[in-house]
Amino acid sequence: MDNRESRKGRIQLIIARTVAYAILIFLSIACLFSFYMLIINATRSNAQLQAGFTLAPKNNFFVNLKNAWTDASIDIPRGMLNSFLIAAVSAVLTTYFSALTAYGIHVYNFKLKRFAFYFIMAVMMIPPQVSAVGFIQLVNKFHLTNNYLPLVLPSIAAPVVFFYMKQYLESVLPMEMVEAARMDGSGEFRTFNHIVLPIMKPALAVQMIFSFVSSWNNYFIPALLLDKKEMKTVPIMIAQLRSADYSKFDMGKVYMFILLAILPVLVVYIILSKSIIKGVTAGSVKG
Amino acid sequence: MNENRKMRRRGVSYAKWGYIFILPFFVSYIIFTLTPQIMTIYNSFFENYRNGLTQVGPNFVGLKNYVKLFTPDKSGTVDVLKYFGNTVLLWVMGAVPQILVALLLAVFFTSYRLNLKGQQFFKTVIYMPNLIMASAFSMLFFTLFSPVGPVNQVLLAAGWADKAIDFLSLKVPVRVLISLMNFLMWFGNTTILLMAGIQGIDQNMFEAAEIDGASSLQVFFRVTLPLLAPILVYTVITAMIGGLQMFDVPQILTNGKGTPDRASMTLVMYLNNYLQTSKNYGMAGAVSVVLFLVSSVLSLFVYNTLSRQYKEAPRKRDRI
Repeated sequence: MDNRESRKGRIQLIIARTVAYAILIFLSIACLFSFYMLIINATRSNAQLQAGFTLAPKNNFFVNLKNAWTDASIDIPRGMLNSFLIAAVSAVLTTYFSALTAYGIHVYNFKLKRFAFYFIMAVMMIPPQVSAVGFIQLVNKFHLTNNYLPLVLPSIAAPVVFFYMKQYLESVLPMEMVEAARMDGSGEFRTFNHIVLPIMKPALAVQMIFSFVSSWNNYFIPALLLDKKEMKTVPIMIAQLRSADYSKFDMGKVYMFILLAILPVLVVYIILSKSIIKGVTAGSVKG
Repeated sequence: MNENRKMRRRGVSYAKWGYIFILPFFVSYIIFTLTPQIMTIYNSFFENYRNGLTQVGPNFVGLKNYVKLFTPDKSGTVDVLKYFGNTVLLWVMGAVPQILVALLLAVFFTSYRLNLKGQQFFKTVIYMPNLIMASAFSMLFFTLFSPVGPVNQVLLAAGWADKAIDFLSLKVPVRVLISLMNFLMWFGNTTILLMAGIQGIDQNMFEAAEIDGASSLQVFFRVTLPLLAPILVYTVITAMIGGLQMFDVPQILTNGKGTPDRASMTLVMYLNNYLQTSKNYGMAGAVSVVLFLVSSVLSLFVYNTLSRQYKEAPRKRDRI
């Protein structure tokens, strides 16, 4: 009887495991398939693409790359450079100032401390789109359209990143360390820059990646502020690609544009996926 | 001498450093978010738009923009409500499967009994679409599902269709595609969040249930689900706030038109039309205020969850 019970249990477990793996494999294929098609199609010429569907790569990759890279109307290398510049500066500003703000609220006692903390938490989830009207008017008033300043400076105030940094500080920074630094005659800024920041390195790295990626992918606000050709970012160029009459396009080139748009993030992700996935949960709500 | 300095230090108040450290954040917030927010609300009471080459306004019109926003057009539809409905529908179509699948996968990954191998690989794959540029992902789907794209090539070659189907001119396929993309982009993220939630549950609970002879389903419905509820609700609400902002995917897929017949036009696309094409800041302001109110109600919930977390564990550490 006992034996039969355990055998029944073992069979159930095998079935459950098989079902779980099947579901996981199915979803993995669903996630990867469109990107697989993208890569395959980026290796095919326009004529090969018209000829029909295939899952095997062809040899037109470098021709497509050259065509896309040197396209006259969509200057993708310039777009990638612009996007990189904005994303890199935003990422540095966001992480540094969020850490600074978190440290200020975590370590010091001051009258408005609680107010500041709860205020940031209250505005954390307000979407940026709801202040876009006023933001555009402000940018127009100061003649800052086609300028990157209004795209990078707002990243100094990033409530979500602040919240992550605050939680991180709570778990890693003993107050004794700050006290000890003071005893040694270290100034407050020096303590933050030379003692606290190095301790926060893992948190800084994760948030730098996330803010770089979200800035690289950001479409709504930049599309409203940038219209000069040489200032455009990658997502704006993708939108341009979509609105062009694409039937007269070389489709191999179109796939190559899309591949170039996502490639930098894809490469970073493949290298750092483990720490990125760990970072997803670290700043979120605890049970 | 040394002793003396130490004594003096102890009396020093460090409060001013707190203000200095948080100053850049608040200056940036006030300039780039708070002021624009107030200007947006202010604008919603003005008539201010471009009509061809002539600029109309700004003239104060009171609540006229709001009245216009909620007045039905000739065919009896109220645009803003229609787009709100579209946004909700597109969100639900993506989010319901997203949360159910994420819940299932989170249980798989954390199940001690199943003890699945290759978890890191699966997590890496399912999280990946979350980081991909939404506009590029949408453009990719546009090319894959276009009349000359690979999907139609397969359908024609297999004889499942007599002639190429223009998926993007059909209401249901467009909505399904948008929801599918949102699903693919977010279910991995939700899985990882819920997994962390399940791992946060006291393991003794599971052991006790097992000793009592509870089946896997019983454990899920009687132990996991009730204890996960707060995190699940938090995840759903933040997903709703994200859904409210739905823009990139439908904007690129339908080239900003919400085709067919504006069936996939979302609220933020509507706002974007006022900003980008007609430069109607008055109406854009009114739409923004509606969006702001809805997201504030949802935010209130998130705020309560987070601040409760802080109030439950007060003064964990002495601060100077």
